[in-house]
Amino acid sequence: MTVTGAPLPTTDKNSAHQAAQRRMAWKPKGLLQPALAIALVVLLLGVPFWLVIATAGKDQAEALNPNLAPPTHWQLFENFATVFQQGRMVPAFLGSMLIMVLSVAGVLVIGSMAAWILGRRRGKGIAFVYALAISGIVLPPAVVTIVLLLRQMGLAGTAVGMIGVYMGMYMSTVVFFVTGFVRTIPTELEEAARVDGAGPIRVFVRVILPLLGPTIATATILICLYVWNDVFYALFVIGGRLDTLPLNLYQVASSGLYLQNWHLIFAYIVLMSLPLLITFVILQRKIISGITSGAVK
Amino acid sequence: MTAQLSPPRSRTGTHTGDRRPTSRRRQDHPAWFLFPALAVLTVFFFIPTLFNFFYAFTDWSSFKTQINFAGLDNVTSLLQNGSLLADLRTTLIYAVLVAIFQNLFGLILALILEADTRINRAARVAFFVPVVMSALAVGYVFRAILKPDGTLNAILGALTGQHVDIAWLGSTTWTIVVVALIHAWKWMGLSMLIYLAGLKTISPDIMEASRIDGATWWKTFTSIRFPLLAPAITFNVATALLGSMNGFDIVQATTGGGPGGSTELLNIFVFRTFGQGLFAQATTMSLTLFLMVTILAFPVIKFLRKREDVLS
Repeated sequence: MTVTGAPLPTTDKNSAHQAAQRRMAWKPKGLLQPALAIALVVLLLGVPFWLVIATAGKDQAEALNPNLAPPTHWQLFENFATVFQQGRMVPAFLGSMLIMVLSVAGVLVIGSMAAWILGRRRGKGIAFVYALAISGIVLPPAVVTIVLLLRQMGLAGTAVGMIGVYMGMYMSTVVFFVTGFVRTIPTELEEAARVDGAGPIRVFVRVILPLLGPTIATATILICLYVWNDVFYALFVIGGRLDTLPLNLYQVASSGLYLQNWHLIFAYIVLMSLPLLITFVILQRKIISGITSGAVK
Repeated sequence: MTAQLSPPRSRTGTHTGDRRPTSRRRQDHPAWFLFPALAVLTVFFFIPTLFNFFYAFTDWSSFKTQINFAGLDNVTSLLQNGSLLADLRTTLIYAVLVAIFQNLFGLILALILEADTRINRAARVAFFVPVVMSALAVGYVFRAILKPDGTLNAILGALTGQHVDIAWLGSTTWTIVVVALIHAWKWMGLSMLIYLAGLKTISPDIMEASRIDGATWWKTFTSIRFPLLAPAITFNVATALLGSMNGFDIVQATTGGGPGGSTELLNIFVFRTFGQGLFAQATTMSLTLFLMVTILAFPVIKFLRKREDVLS
């Protein structure tokens, strides 16, 4: 893998820099690197994804043993229609949407409010509260006793209970991110608003919140991913009493595997992946640059 | 998710020069702004965690109407039937394997796709698709691929010209490795992006200097670029370890904890025993996970951060 190359002329400092960077990355001009990149995509991603789509387009007999052969007769949309009904797609989509939007919005607003104070005030008390508030980044939630507590509060199996649990799980992440960012916002910006007679709520809504946007984009994307795809905590908290996409996949697959209905399982997987996949493809440039720019400091 | 695992420091320095009285400052940043967040954290995070330390030592189950204190009964019975130590060991092995594979794959992908060409940009997007997918769905896909008469064996058979029927998910020794590889496959796109970002931060001057010194690609990588990736490694290793210690979906979808309990993570046990109505035993295992993460996470993060300090 040594790409040494001939010594480059160092007449211009700029071009030397570019040359150095180009030399350290795999040479784009050679054929080896693009071939390798394409081979990796085909082998590592193409094979599994083609298997999913081909199997989702087959009938039960043909899909009994999922393989890479294309279906003799495509019935992708018939299978979609079947799982759309059997997997209760519409209520599941709405359930997933409701839980994700409310818990992510809630945790962002409440977490940012706390982070603003934690970033601005000093003292041992505040340091202690901050340490406590970010401990959840590392510590795993107590999933069994959460169910007990929710039962005692009458929230077991409800959307409110699930939203609360997700907010509790991701509060630490939001507080951690936003506190770090708040400290980089000059206090002068707040002062200017205060001189105009704005109270704390106005300052927070008018000055702090609008500045947060790009910074917490990465955290928001990842929290959305985790909440949308979560099945473990949902199995405990809402069990079968509310539809979400991953919970219904679990049900479709649990009975489907028993009946060898791979075509239905894979059709469900295609349908449930579409919303996030479409969002991702539309926003891919922003998402990828958001994660890479905010990631390593 | 940034790699800043220590509390961020103030970069503005406006506070030190702040001459206004503290009472004014307090009014400007009232403490009640903290209350909603603390209330949610207390109810949905801290109280359940404290409950863990209590209900792990009771006989709480769906078969009894009353909950009685039971001392160390749950712990001793879980130790006696061997599941506590076995699951703890399985979870640790799984976490370490995932951390290794995910970082190795992520780093290799980042190095291959480093140059900003059109093909590489498209490939980066493609490798992020598994990250977006549900882990449960990924598990089912690989369950189909890895069947004894599944796709992988068919491909291997076509390559070798022989009939291959390896039970990838049927070995009590190697299936844990296979499942960890699937977990790494799902998340390697995220690690790749973080490593790409880390590689971009390395100053071209350093690369230029090493070029003038006549260093090879490999030499430059091992002695300059890899050490400078320390912050990205910290973030990636820490998130991979935490994610896999809390793992559930992929293992549940592929093996369900089998064969013979050889891939039974703590969370799989918690889910199974909870379903059986043995709530106190599930709580004991949940507490075990909590203690394991607490004991391991902090030293690991400290160690990784120390590596970063050497650089600065």
